[in-house]
Amino acid sequence: MSESEKPVSLQSYIRLCGVVFLVVLCTTSAMIATSFAHIGDGWTLKVALILAIAVVNAFLVAGYLMHLLSEKKLIYTVLVFTLFFFIGLMGLTMWAMNDFPTGTAVH
Amino acid sequence: MDIPYTIESRPDTGLYNAKLGIWLFLASEVMLFGGLFSAYVLLRVGAAPGMWPHGWLNVTLGTINTLLLALSAITTLLAWAACKVRDFTKFKIFHGCTILLALSFLTIKSFEYHDKLIHYEIKLNNGTFADGHLVEKSPDFDLAKKTGTVTLHGRIATDEKDLMDLRSPEAKSAKLDEVTVAATDIKSMGNYGPRHNTFTAIYFTLTGLHALHIFGGTVVIFYFWGPGSRMWKTDPERFTNRIEVSGLFWHFVDLVWIFLFPVLYLT
Repeated sequence: MSESEKPVSLQSYIRLCGVVFLVVLCTTSAMIATSFAHIGDGWTLKVALILAIAVVNAFLVAGYLMHLLSEKKLIYTVLVFTLFFFIGLMGLTMWAMNDFPTGTAVH
Repeated sequence: MDIPYTIESRPDTGLYNAKLGIWLFLASEVMLFGGLFSAYVLLRVGAAPGMWPHGWLNVTLGTINTLLLALSAITTLLAWAACKVRDFTKFKIFHGCTILLALSFLTIKSFEYHDKLIHYEIKLNNGTFADGHLVEKSPDFDLAKKTGTVTLHGRIATDEKDLMDLRSPEAKSAKLDEVTVAATDIKSMGNYGPRHNTFTAIYFTLTGLHALHIFGGTVVIFYFWGPGSRMWKTDPERFTNRIEVSGLFWHFVDLVWIFLFPVLYLT
């Protein structure tokens, strides 16, 4: 049985939402603090850290608010396919990053 | 004719049809935003050293919008939970809050857009740049005819690179004042709209598409809160499923913002 088919208690959802909002508040603060902190020389490490925190934030929303932690197998299958194509899209972009035709002005 | 499987699950999928439909739609949305995010990566990594903007966007407003969307995602979930426990009054309250939070988000976003559209960068004939928010244009100002003056609240920069990193100590210590420029001294002039540079182009594209999703979602939620809520009296189970499906879309819109905010405002 998926989460949305189980009997629901409004009070338990209000408690869950309170916890989720507090964590979102903390992760957002952590992202901002990381952005303004002096970490490393460039932006690479900062960007990696900030995106890692954003992934935690996204996991909370997808897992608890969208009930993805307890969904039907078919939805997971759809999402696995989506993830595969999303990684492919990003991967091909990265792969093609230095693949300039001859004569292209490169900075 | 009755639409099948609007309430009960299909035996083969284990889901009611609308739920499978919204997840397939969200999968296509991931690819839509994924394409734009990959364009962002390409533009950012391909930018010349020192020419990718930092600190151009208002982090305070971005943070407020992040929290507004997080709160609206929560009220959407609570509206669905209220339907599940058959408490229609609480559903109305929670979904009403969602609509107000969404409208607040769009209002703040429009302020941010307005700020960019009245922010000008003027390239002067002597090679320097006047940069700042428009205060006024003289009545006879005409760039083509080279008549009149334009006044900005900002500063003069000797190099365009000085305008890129607004978090640098130099930019923070720069004194902002009223700068009046004669049209005869202007080589070119433009606001920080989408055509200003690749950053503003991808910023307006990504946030504009996201704002369109917010607007569309708000219209749907408003319909279920107002005229569409009549279904509650005739078919509460089906109405609850509709709220779940619209909620899933709303959570997805929140998810996109969770990545847009750090990518555009913080890095």
